[in-house]
Amino acid sequence: MSAASFERGYNAFKEQIDAPIASYFSSCIHCGMCAQACLFYTETGEPKYTPIYKLEPMRKIWEQEYTLFGKLKVLLGISQKLTDAELAEWQELIYGSCTLCGRCSMVCPVGNDLVYMIHKAREGMAAAGHAPHSLIEGNQRAINIGSATGVGLPTLQAQIKNIERDTGIKIPIDVPGVEYMALISAIEILNYPEYLSSLAKIMKHVGKTWTLSSKGFEATNAGIQIGVSDIAKELLMRIVNEAEELGVSTVISPECGHAYMVIRWEGPNLIARPFNFKVQHIVELLDEWREQGQLETEGFEKARLTFHDPCQLARRGGVIEQPRKLLNMVANQLVEMEDRGKMNWCCGAGGGLAAQEESEALRLKAFNRKRTQLKTLKVSQLVTACAHCREHLEEGLENNDMKMSVVGLTEMVVKHLVDKNET
Amino acid sequence: MNYVDFLLWVRGPAFQIATAIFIFGLSWRLLEILSLSRKPELAVVRERGIAGGFRTIFRRFLPVDDNTFQRSAFIITAGYIFHLGFFIILLLFVPHILFFREFFGFSWPGLPTPVIGIITIMTLLALIALLINRMRHPVLRFLSGFEDYFVWIVTFLPVLTGYMAFHHFFHYPLMLALHILSVELLMIVFPFTKLMHTFTWFISRWYTGSRAAQKGVQV
Repeated sequence: MSAASFERGYNAFKEQIDAPIASYFSSCIHCGMCAQACLFYTETGEPKYTPIYKLEPMRKIWEQEYTLFGKLKVLLGISQKLTDAELAEWQELIYGSCTLCGRCSMVCPVGNDLVYMIHKAREGMAAAGHAPHSLIEGNQRAINIGSATGVGLPTLQAQIKNIERDTGIKIPIDVPGVEYMALISAIEILNYPEYLSSLAKIMKHVGKTWTLSSKGFEATNAGIQIGVSDIAKELLMRIVNEAEELGVSTVISPECGHAYMVIRWEGPNLIARPFNFKVQHIVELLDEWREQGQLETEGFEKARLTFHDPCQLARRGGVIEQPRKLLNMVANQLVEMEDRGKMNWCCGAGGGLAAQEESEALRLKAFNRKRTQLKTLKVSQLVTACAHCREHLEEGLENNDMKMSVVGLTEMVVKHLVDKNET
Repeated sequence: MNYVDFLLWVRGPAFQIATAIFIFGLSWRLLEILSLSRKPELAVVRERGIAGGFRTIFRRFLPVDDNTFQRSAFIITAGYIFHLGFFIILLLFVPHILFFREFFGFSWPGLPTPVIGIITIMTLLALIALLINRMRHPVLRFLSGFEDYFVWIVTFLPVLTGYMAFHHFFHYPLMLALHILSVELLMIVFPFTKLMHTFTWFISRWYTGSRAAQKGVQV
């Protein structure tokens, strides 16, 4: 990554602009409907959080670089060229108040995919040197240590030992020729090791061969979050190289919406070639096994519960029905939020927002949307399929004195698996 | 130049100039957009996305859910009244159809004039309501700049002058000339402003719908 400068940023913005973006900017008539879909606007009432306004620097570049009339306006002095100061001002809007949840893209009457543009705007912002320090440091840790949070292989190895001791199941690592290579996110290694132990139990239950990789275990991609494709590529290649070297047929994305978006959808585009392995989210895989009758479960959850759709998994990933089918297998008191599935409201922490201390107050305020959604349901348990959502949901609930436990879906399914050794 | 001469000029050379700018500008703008193209999708898609794009073109005519409608009920309702009204007047008012026949060589049935009169008033009222809303709603006031108000004016004027000409306000030839002139103004500024959305909304919807369909999401 060469040194950031306004010029580099400007050029990076220019490179990102494609036909969809030109069409989107040509189509926007400032109706303001996108504001109503954004939890940062609905929870604060601040017009500056209107999604399309967050794209104003990019719109300016598009107009002045890719339209004849825009060039004319600059020549005649009617419009001013974009400045570095403007980009600095927009950092708060492009990084600090957007979780990339993509809800705005669902409501735009002319069909603009706003979050597609914000993703791309981040490439320009990062190259111009206007990305938050916390995210830059996260990227450095991801490159040097292995994950944005600084959790590396030694921590994973220690957790593996604990899990093997507790479950008596061996966690395979760097085993070639197996069917599946599982990934894991740093949050899961550190805070939710139950994911890994659940995975080990499920693999044993269905009798599939799998492995972790010591060189490519981290599923999240800090480079995508900040918008530096060079870093994103380097991090992604750790996984791709390992998957190809070990010869697995499928890579499993853990309970992380972001990771799924990166590996399943962005990945091949990022490295400019298709993968020669399949990518599945653990929930997709579990549902596939459920359908094939490979999951034998018993009993139902006692609690009244609901499911929080991770944005990148549902709205931006297309995995919407699978978690519900799995839940119905192990819970008979599932109630749904009014806005759910592809229209679910974000937990408020995606898009790298949780890593930015300066956004903490706003992030917790935005959680009010989730609180309002949950209050009417009167549930005592919240299930999700994203460790990042889970962490923020726990924090938000605690902040609001709401007594509700948050559980990962994989873990919940595993709790009900019939122990085949005993039967 | 008397009123009749003015009317003849407006109907003749002025209209030809406006039409040329409109057609050339429109083609240029569409070329500017489409020539940027986009990269092919390399991920394994759940469906090709071509049909999905077309589905979204139609699906987006309605708000995605009740909540979205409720949060933007005014702008959706007033917006629909204005857009439908505008196109009904443009395409189904008998004198307009006669004009188009001159141009294209074929015609179609129109609506009774009193019906067009009522629709015109509804359209004008919807436009005024949308303008007031734009000036009063915190988000819209914040977002709106010169262009937003300018395109409102050039859209409003043809409807207003058309209504006035039909009801013979002032001097009829003058009013009719002003009506045609206001249409020419609309045509001239059209390609250079956000009025372009008239021709790009379905491109936008298609791109968004197609990408979402590839991922298996109905948008």
